[in-house]
Amino acid sequence: MGANPKLDPIRGEGSGNGSRPQPSYKVIGTRPIRPDGVDKVTGRALYGADVRFPDLLHGKVLRSPHARARIRSIDTSQAEALPGVKAVVTGADLPTAEDRFEDLGEGGINLRYLSENVLAHGRVLYHGHPVAAVAAVSPHIAEEALSLIQVDYEVLPPVMTLEEAMAEDAPILLEELRTDEMGERGNRPTNVAAHFRYELGNVEEGFAQADLVVEREFRTQTVHQGYIEPQMATALYDQDGQITIWTSTQGSFSVRSQVAEILQIPVSRIRVVPMEIGGGFGGKITVYLEPVAVLLSRKAGYRPVKLVMSRAEVLMATGPTSGSRIRMKMGATRDGRIVAAEAELVYEAGAFPGSPVGSGAVVLLAPYNIPNVRIDGYDVVVNRPRASAYRAPGGTNAAFASESVVDELARKLGLDPLEFRLKNGAKEGDRMANGLPHPKIGYLETVEAIRNSEHYNAPLEGRGRGRGRGVASGYWGNWGGKSSATAVLNADGTVTLNEASTDIGGTRASIAMQFAESLGIPYEKVKIRVVDTDCVSYNDVTGGSRTTFGTGLAAYELGQKMKAAMIQRLADIWGVSPEEVVYEEMVFSAGENRVTFDEAAKLIERRSTPVMVEAEVYGKKYGPAFSTQCVDVEVDVETGKVTILRYTIAQDAGKAIHPAYVEGQMQGGVAQGVGWALNEEYVYDREGHLLNASLLDYRMPTALDLPMIETLIVEVPNPGHPYGVRGVGEVNIVPPAAALANAIYDAIGVRMTELPMNPARLLEAILAKQAQESTQPA
Amino acid sequence: MPERKKRMITTTINGEEITFLCEPRQTLLEVLRDELGLTGSKEGCGNGNCGACNVLLDGVLVNACLVLAPEVEGRELVTIEGIAPGGELTLLQQKFLEHAALQCGICTPGFIVAAKALLDENPSPTEHDVRLWLAGNLCRCTGYDKIVRAVLDTAAALQAAQTTPTEVA
Ligand code: FES
Ligand code: FES
Repeated sequence: MGANPKLDPIRGEGSGNGSRPQPSYKVIGTRPIRPDGVDKVTGRALYGADVRFPDLLHGKVLRSPHARARIRSIDTSQAEALPGVKAVVTGADLPTAEDRFEDLGEGGINLRYLSENVLAHGRVLYHGHPVAAVAAVSPHIAEEALSLIQVDYEVLPPVMTLEEAMAEDAPILLEELRTDEMGERGNRPTNVAAHFRYELGNVEEGFAQADLVVEREFRTQTVHQGYIEPQMATALYDQDGQITIWTSTQGSFSVRSQVAEILQIPVSRIRVVPMEIGGGFGGKITVYLEPVAVLLSRKAGYRPVKLVMSRAEVLMATGPTSGSRIRMKMGATRDGRIVAAEAELVYEAGAFPGSPVGSGAVVLLAPYNIPNVRIDGYDVVVNRPRASAYRAPGGTNAAFASESVVDELARKLGLDPLEFRLKNGAKEGDRMANGLPHPKIGYLETVEAIRNSEHYNAPLEGRGRGRGRGVASGYWGNWGGKSSATAVLNADGTVTLNEASTDIGGTRASIAMQFAESLGIPYEKVKIRVVDTDCVSYNDVTGGSRTTFGTGLAAYELGQKMKAAMIQRLADIWGVSPEEVVYEEMVFSAGENRVTFDEAAKLIERRSTPVMVEAEVYGKKYGPAFSTQCVDVEVDVETGKVTILRYTIAQDAGKAIHPAYVEGQMQGGVAQGVGWALNEEYVYDREGHLLNASLLDYRMPTALDLPMIETLIVEVPNPGHPYGVRGVGEVNIVPPAAALANAIYDAIGVRMTELPMNPARLLEAILAKQAQESTQPA
Repeated sequence: MPERKKRMITTTINGEEITFLCEPRQTLLEVLRDELGLTGSKEGCGNGNCGACNVLLDGVLVNACLVLAPEVEGRELVTIEGIAPGGELTLLQQKFLEHAALQCGICTPGFIVAAKALLDENPSPTEHDVRLWLAGNLCRCTGYDKIVRAVLDTAAALQAAQTTPTEVA
C-alpha cells in the first residue's frame, strides 16, 4: 500500500516498534476504510456551515475594537431600520447570570463568565469580544448593519502580559475577582484568579543532596488550536418553544447544557444536531455562537438563523491557549538520580479565569519518579481571549520547561538523554506531584522504543556543526467520561449502532471495530451513526482522548448484550435454554438447530421479540499515555531558520484499534507541536489589538515545512479496558517543543528558553552567544 | 451603499451549463455554497490562505474565495463534486481512503482538487514536488504524512497502469 517503496520501512506497522503480537483479534488492529470516508472524499459530508434552509437568515457579530473598555451605551436603532435586517441582539437580551460553577464540558466553568463571553455585559475584555449581533436576509446586509450599531466605549488601558497583570498597581480586569489562594478566597481585587501548590517530600532537603542543579525560566506565547473549519451555528426557535441547534462541536450534550444555562431554558427543550466537525483540538467545546443564534431566531420571528465566523473572528475570539512563564529548577546526583524539582507555572487565562495551569502542573514532572517536589501554579487574567482547551491542555508549555532542563542535566552529567530518562522514569505505583500513584503505564517502553529505533541509532552527519538531534518525553492523563449508545439488529444481519461522540478523526471506525470484535461479526456489517441529543442519553465531549476508550467501552458492552439477546431469542424459538445455545464463528447452534448470524437476524425478526440493546458507561479506569520523540534538525546560523530533517514519535496507545488513525493522531500532534515550537504566536500591539488574525500571519506548518513523521506504536495494554485501549489524541503534542529546543542546542550550542523559536528569536540568541564568546578571553 | 443589483452569469460547472444570479460582490465560493448548494468546497479562511475552497477554473487550480462570481462567465469549472463523475471514486479518492489521509476531512476536498491538478500536470512527482504543490493547502489534523503518501501512491499506481491507460486521476 506504500506510495514509494523506499518510504515503507518507516511506517509504524513495522517490527521493532515495541508492539506485541496480539493473537486472536479479527477486527481490532486492521485498517478498514472509515464509514464516513466516501462522503468526505466526495464533498458530500455535511459540516456545520453546510446547513441550508429556504427561509434561512444570516447572522453577524459586532466585536469590540478595544482590548479593554466600559460600554456606556449601545444604540441599535439604525441597524434595525436597515431593510433586510430581522433582529439585533446585545448582552441585554441575555438573562443575568450569577457566579456559579458547573462542569459543562472539560472542567468547571463559571456561568457568569461563559455568558459574558458570548455577549459583553457592560464591559469588553479583549479585542474581538462580542458586543452585539444581527440577523438579516443576507450575510452582506447583516455586515452592513453591524456598521450602523453605535457603541459608546470608555476605553481603558489594557493588561496584555503576565508581568503587567501581576504588578502591584495593575489595572484590575474583573472588579469582583479575588484570588483562590489554595482554597481560601483572597480579600482584595486582583488579576490572579488562583494559586495552588503541589508538594511531595521536602524540596530543600532534596536540593541539598544534589550535586548538580539547573534552573531556568521559560516563556511561551499564546497560540491557537488552528482547526481549519471556523465556528458556526444554526438555530431554529420554534413557536412552541422547542429549539434545534445544528453545529460542529466536540460535544453536542455540552452545547445543550451550556445553551440551557446561558439562556435559562430547560435542556429538554433543546435538541443539538451534531454536524460533521472540521477539527476541534479542544477549541470546539465552549459555545460562542449557539446562544446568539437562538436569541436571534426568537427575535426574528422564529426563522432559522445561521452564524459563521470568519477566520479573523476565529483567531480574535475563540481558542486560544495560554501563553506562560515557567521557572524550572531540578537537582540531580552525580550518578544521575533526579532528587528534587521546584517549579512555578504562571499561565494566561485570557479575559476570564480558567487557564490549563492545573493540568500543566501535573504533566510537568509526570514522566519521572522524583522524591522531593514543589510546584506552584498561578492562573492570571489578561486582556486576551478566554483561553480554552488545546490538545493536552497546558502540557506543551510545561514539558518545554521540564524536558529542556532534563536534557541539560543529562548533558552536564555526561549521560545519554534516554539512559537518563530510563534511570529516573516513572513506573506503576510511583507518585506524581499531585500525590496520585501512576496506574499501569508504558513510559519506559516509549523510551526504549526510541532507543531501539533505526532513527536514534543512525549517525547524523554534521552533528554539532549546525545539525543536531534532540529527544523529549511527555505525559497526558487521558479521560474516560460518560457515553451512551444503542445497537439495533437488522433483519439482513447488519447492525445499526447509534452513538453520540462526534467523529473528528476516525472514531466511527474505532467504535464500530470494537463492537464488531465484541459481537464477533465483520466490521462491514456495522452501520454506525452519530446521533443527536434526543436519541441517546447523556454523552461527554470528544475530548481528553476519551472517545475510543469510553465510547469504545459502550460498544464492547453493546456487542456482549446483543450476543446475549440473540441467544435468548433463539433459545425461545428453539425451545431450549439459553445455556444450550452456542455461538461460534458467526453460527448459533443448539443440538440439531443451527443458523448463521444472518439467518438468526431474519429468524428473530420473523418469530421473536426485536433486538435493540443499550449501553451507558462511565469509564473511570482510563489509562494515561506517554510519548517519547526524537528529532533531527538543521539550523541556518545566518538566518536562524530551523529545518526538520527527520522526526520519530513513539507513543503508548495501550492497544491500537485502527493503527492508521492512531498513527494519524501521532503525526498530527507532532505537526501542531512543531508549529507551536517554531512559528505560531499571537502578536498584539501596545493597545491590545491582535495584529496577525489571518492564516498568512498566524503561520501554521504546511506540507513543505515537515518531513514524513515516523511512528512507533507502543502497546502496553490498559487493564481498565477489555482491549487495552488508552487514549491517543493528545500526548503527542506534549514533547515536540522541548525535543526541538534540545535538538537546536545539540546543533549549535544555543539553549532556547522562549517559544516560538522562529528565525528572529533564534538569530538573536545566536548573535548573543557569538557576542559573549568574542568578549570572553580565549 | 454597495451595488446590490444582481447579474446573470452563465458558466459550466462539472460539465453542466448553469446560469445563476449574483451580486458583483459575491465570491465564487459564496455562490457555489450558498446559491448553488455545492457545499463540498469549504471555507477555511476566505482570503486565499488555506486551500479548502480549491476548484479548477479552465483546468487551473484556484481558490474560489478569491474569485468573484461574475468572473466565471463563459468559463469551465470543476469542483470536488465533479471529481468523481458518475459516482465512481477516482483512484486518488480511493487512495485517500486507503491511506487514512483524512481525519476531520474539512481540508480533504481542497487537497483532492489540488492533488488532481498536480497529477494532471506532473504524473510522476517526487515527495518534494508533492509537498511544494500542496503547500497552499492547510491541514491541521494529519501532519500531511498520509496525504503525501496517498498522492505519491496514486501517481505510482497510475504510472504502473500506463500500459492500459485510463482517465482515473
Ligand atoms: S477559503 Fe479559500 S483559501 Fe481558504
Ligand atoms: S483532516 Fe482535518 S484539517 Fe485536514
